[in-house]
Amino acid sequence: MKNNLKPTHRFEKDISNCGLTGFISKSGKQVEGSVIIKSISLMHDRGNGLGGGFAAYGIYPEFKEFFAFHLMYESGMALQLTEEYLAEHFLIDHHEEIPTRRNAAITNPPAFRRYFVKPLETAEYREAREFQNMTDEDIIVTHVMRINNEIEGAFVVSSGKNMGAFKGVGYPEEIADFFRLEEYSGHIWTAHNRFPTNTPGWWGGAHPFTLLDWSIVHNGEISSYGINKRYLEMYGYLCTMLTDTEVVAYMLDLLIRKHGLSPELASMALAAPFWDKIDALPEDDRQLLTAIRQVYGSGLLNGPFAILFASNEGLIGLNDRVKLRPLVCATKDDFVYMASEEAAIREICSQPDRVWSPRGGEPVIARLNPGVI
Amino acid sequence: MKIDAQGVYYRDLNNQIRSAVASGAEKIELVNVNGQYFIGDGINRPVTISIKGVPGNDLGAFMNGATIVVWDNAQDNIGNTMNAGKVVVHGHAGDVLGYGMRGGRIHILKDVGYRVGIHMKSYQENKPVLIAGGKAGDFFGEYMAGGVLVLLGMFSDDPEKPMHGYCFGTGMHGGTIFVRGGVDEAKLSREVGVFELTGEDRQELDGYLKEYCKDLKLDPKEVLGEKFVKVLPKSKRPYGNLYCPMPR
Repeated sequence: MKNNLKPTHRFEKDISNCGLTGFISKSGKQVEGSVIIKSISLMHDRGNGLGGGFAAYGIYPEFKEFFAFHLMYESGMALQLTEEYLAEHFLIDHHEEIPTRRNAAITNPPAFRRYFVKPLETAEYREAREFQNMTDEDIIVTHVMRINNEIEGAFVVSSGKNMGAFKGVGYPEEIADFFRLEEYSGHIWTAHNRFPTNTPGWWGGAHPFTLLDWSIVHNGEISSYGINKRYLEMYGYLCTMLTDTEVVAYMLDLLIRKHGLSPELASMALAAPFWDKIDALPEDDRQLLTAIRQVYGSGLLNGPFAILFASNEGLIGLNDRVKLRPLVCATKDDFVYMASEEAAIREICSQPDRVWSPRGGEPVIARLNPGVI
Repeated sequence: MKIDAQGVYYRDLNNQIRSAVASGAEKIELVNVNGQYFIGDGINRPVTISIKGVPGNDLGAFMNGATIVVWDNAQDNIGNTMNAGKVVVHGHAGDVLGYGMRGGRIHILKDVGYRVGIHMKSYQENKPVLIAGGKAGDFFGEYMAGGVLVLLGMFSDDPEKPMHGYCFGTGMHGGTIFVRGGVDEAKLSREVGVFELTGEDRQELDGYLKEYCKDLKLDPKEVLGEKFVKVLPKSKRPYGNLYCPMPR
């Protein structure tokens, strides 16, 4: 008898595990893109070609007063609608295509453009500033959410000052080639090699995820995505990228920029210690951590993760509380390196001063020296 | 025999190593290694592989009788399901070392990460031994079923760090952990207890440590010259009643 049943799954799938790497020059030394490409390429086999991406800081010094919008368009209509939207709400100092190079490995790339903008003093803007106590950053966040949510096929890839994210479907070295990243120089770089576990491999779903100048690369799974997403919706953050990591970018914006938590405290909220550890702390710490866990219960990230988050202030590495994903850190002079594997650091810094693995839930915080920006 | 691993893809490097082993090499020296996975995996012959550089994950997995000496740091998952042989690391190493290891030796000079010795096991004459000279992360000896884990806490890059992490011996139901000096009982799992060594234990431990000191060129007098404690599981079936109570 002929068997007409089709298999329900494609069993041939490259099983892998995601890789991330990043570094900062605390004194603001500009480093060429080729360095981060070398580091992430060493961990080629941690991904499966379904996502690669980079975040770079300090790459647009000539436009550093402007919000740098990287836009991704899936259609001409999305482009047209977004440009009308941008023209209505922003003073656009400069805009151009993001330079790309055709690469045989990259199929059907969307279109990419960048815009260096400031909010226009419209009636809506004045209303927001004067009567709703919104800052320029708040207003940018609103526009990012509106573009992502309301214009079909348009996605804001990044929206911070003097920084940009470059990402897509492919291995990271292919994405780097596509975006000609060797032509950029920055003082903070992060990179990601994706192995999508539960969600589709598409251009918007590659890491980093960003908002303003926050950018996140992540290895793991945020099992608490549903709780985190609903919590963020109460504050006007809308998740549109179909991937768990997106919530981390918005959560950091909420906790650090909006609620004024230090990066240390925000890390404690994301990877809060277990109650028995909190109860064993000295009284002051016990009260602080109890309050953090109570107030930010819906901000807790459950599930395995190693993340790097960067901003114009610096670079932070963080693991889940029981360290279910690898993270290694190293220092050399004013550089701090963080990666999934020590070899990815040694590839670009053969003799570090110090190499160590942070404990689960213990953030490694590398700030830019004061006055660098 | 010397192999330059500079920029060589892990699959090509391991093919070169396997053909060297097949052609009867006794000693293989790998230079400029950085991050190549699976080195020494499944090797069945008593060759010695010396590694300059940082080898990638899953070093010596399923290895059966070979010796690997790493002259630098090493990464995660060393000696996964290793059957026999030895891995010596003259630096620190990462997480999940000796996973399901069932024989042979792993000697690490410095710090080790999380979940070291997870589910090590032993049967009759097969008794794996893993010794870490530095400090360890959480879940040391997790689900350990057999064999011997030793933590020295002596050679660490991080003097501030506690000697071991939380959840020490979680789910442990067989085997023995020896710790130099003593353990922080607040960080032990409920499944284990701390015991004094018997004369027989100490003799067994000294044998392991002498071999460790010889491999890593350490002074055995210093390493052995301290009290050790022994951590053992309280039960062979710590979770026997977790889902439904079973008759004993």
